[in-house]
Amino acid sequence: MTVVGEPGTKEPLSLEELEAAGGIRTGRKHVLAILAENKPGVLSRIAGLFARRGFNIDTLTVGPTDDPAISRFTLTVDGALHPIDQVTKQLHKLVNVLKIRDLEPEETLARDLALFKVAADGSARGEVMQIVDIFRAKIVDVTKRSVVVEVTGTKDKIDAFEQMIRPFGLIEMARTGEIAIARGRGET
Amino acid sequence: MRAVDALIECLKAEGVEVVFGLPGGANLPTYDAFYDGGIKHVLVRHEQGGGHAAEGYAKATGKVGVALGTSGPGATNLVTAITDAMMDSVPTVFLTGQVRTELLGTDGFQEADTIGITMPIVKHSFMIQHPLELPRTLHEAFHIARSGRPGPVVVDIPQDLSRADIAYEPADDVRLPGYQPTTEGNQKQIRLAAKALANSRRPVIYAGGGVVNANAAGELAELVTADRFPCTCTLMGLGAFPASHPQWLGMLGMHGTRAANYAMDEADLICAVGARFDDRITGKLSEFAPRAKFIHIDVDPAEISKNVPAHIPIVGDAKNILPRLVAEYRALETDASRLEAWWGRISQWRRRYPLSYDDTTDTEIKPQRMVQALFEATGGDCILTSDVGQHQMWAAQYFGFEKPRRWINSGGLGTMGFGLPAAMGAQVGCPDQVVCCLAGDGSVQMNIQELATCTEYGIPIKVFVMNNGYLGMVRQWQELFWDKRYSHVDMGQWPDYVKLAEAYGAAGMRLEDKTTLVDGMKEALATEGPVVIDVRVTREENCYPMIPAGQPARNMVG
Repeated sequence: MTVVGEPGTKEPLSLEELEAAGGIRTGRKHVLAILAENKPGVLSRIAGLFARRGFNIDTLTVGPTDDPAISRFTLTVDGALHPIDQVTKQLHKLVNVLKIRDLEPEETLARDLALFKVAADGSARGEVMQIVDIFRAKIVDVTKRSVVVEVTGTKDKIDAFEQMIRPFGLIEMARTGEIAIARGRGET
Repeated sequence: MRAVDALIECLKAEGVEVVFGLPGGANLPTYDAFYDGGIKHVLVRHEQGGGHAAEGYAKATGKVGVALGTSGPGATNLVTAITDAMMDSVPTVFLTGQVRTELLGTDGFQEADTIGITMPIVKHSFMIQHPLELPRTLHEAFHIARSGRPGPVVVDIPQDLSRADIAYEPADDVRLPGYQPTTEGNQKQIRLAAKALANSRRPVIYAGGGVVNANAAGELAELVTADRFPCTCTLMGLGAFPASHPQWLGMLGMHGTRAANYAMDEADLICAVGARFDDRITGKLSEFAPRAKFIHIDVDPAEISKNVPAHIPIVGDAKNILPRLVAEYRALETDASRLEAWWGRISQWRRRYPLSYDDTTDTEIKPQRMVQALFEATGGDCILTSDVGQHQMWAAQYFGFEKPRRWINSGGLGTMGFGLPAAMGAQVGCPDQVVCCLAGDGSVQMNIQELATCTEYGIPIKVFVMNNGYLGMVRQWQELFWDKRYSHVDMGQWPDYVKLAEAYGAAGMRLEDKTTLVDGMKEALATEGPVVIDVRVTREENCYPMIPAGQPARNMVG
């Protein structure tokens, strides 16, 4: 907020210049890193909160942290649809939620892992392997009529890989959704 | 000792004097402990009644209300009361029985996933996983229920765990790292708010139930009278500011006064204290108070900018913030005359649009007259509970509340059937006060069974049934917005409330004549024990003024 008429001074304050905060739609994707107590029902409380308030979860991953009593949730939400401040404030009200950080895109390392099962027999196989190389992906299973490829990276990289590989015959695909951590020394 | 005996010790340590409940299979061990545990237990006739009684007790006394139910249907019967307590921020703890741990998840007899069912409607909930957890969990449950923005906490106790033998150690600290409500308001923000108030020319103080919850009515009055600030309260806030005060505008919102709603509409600065900009207040959100900047004081940060973006948010306890705001305001040299024009405008609205109704009948009782008669008969000196509907709005309009915790009703959830059990709970908590329930004939039967509880325990509530034979508010909407197609709103003429009262062991009276109404009410109030008074009122009277749903305040009708 631009502070007009600094509080505690005789400087006059014009009501017109006061600006409202909150309720703003940022229009971008937000990655929320949530640390919560590792207790029964916590996932359900978080998911239930999103359902009740009408917030849409784009992706959600849950896993342990270095502290067995604490779980890490990485949640992506569309800031064009929902006021993020309201999402995080409501999350903060959950007694089991310890910490929430709305990760800034430029200081965030976010990674997704995907497994692709591709129909790659005969001549196509060489081409598939070339693409796998370019994306620094790995072939983790091979049969006569298919390969399974493991790719890690940013969401965009995996999307791009999917586009490249799809014409060869994508049999099925599984993705984890993003996990994220802030760059640098600071903790989430 | 058994875990359930430890439970009794915990309740005592939390200052619990009375609980409302109904036993069943899964909480038999708990009830065995209540047999001679030394805490008063009121045996209700339906768990919902017990839940609302706990709410009434909490709202009247400011203490945490406690209700008990067994597993399965006992717990599901509590669901309405839990939701009600969530919507109106009522400090309550609900102790539910659960099937034995070996039966969990097997669809055992009277098994319901109480934690799952109540998850969206609680402030927090706990399921006991180990008997040793019980004392600390209960301590934490009470802490959560009463602190910050109060609310309901459910503790689900499996039957086998409650029988376990444990070494009881009182818990005197809480381990809730994720729960640290902010109570102290930010000084810089408070200063800014004082400054904004000093620079406003058309301010309104808009106070809600949070002021009552914070026990901050005195502090609110200090702020309002720090200058000639006009003050309005929400339905939940009535009594937080005395209705007889010259700076009182009346209630605001859908059935509020024109003075209050028009003042909000034209205000340049609105200072919201413990109020949450509900749709019944704002009407059409995009046209709500279009000229105003907002100071929003609330203990719950999620309420700030939820519906209306706040210009000066202050998170914290009103009791902490208001005196500091007053001090900051007084330190500024303000010019009181700047509000002259604003009061001129407000006085004009007051003169032109007082609350009024046609009271020219000879003997027929107008419902508004009934509320005024009740005020006269009690001298306004009573706790008044209500159900939900027209009678509730008339009570809010015509019963001048002077003090907080005197008006107990279901605002957020709008629970019909709330009034009678809430009155019962309020009376148990305040045995020396007169407790009246103003009910509608549509609502009162929804928890009428608690009359038996009242007679059994000698809880002398006076239940005034505003009887128009209709689901009156729905009828009013059908009349105004659905071409008078009265679809399923005529309640007919049964039951006979006098006989019904007598069947329950209470006294029954009927009042049908306006000229003897006040005397009849005085007689009812002087009668010992619970009394049901069937007051026959004009059948098709509308509650005015009103803001039609989804419209802005300046479009008020009636």
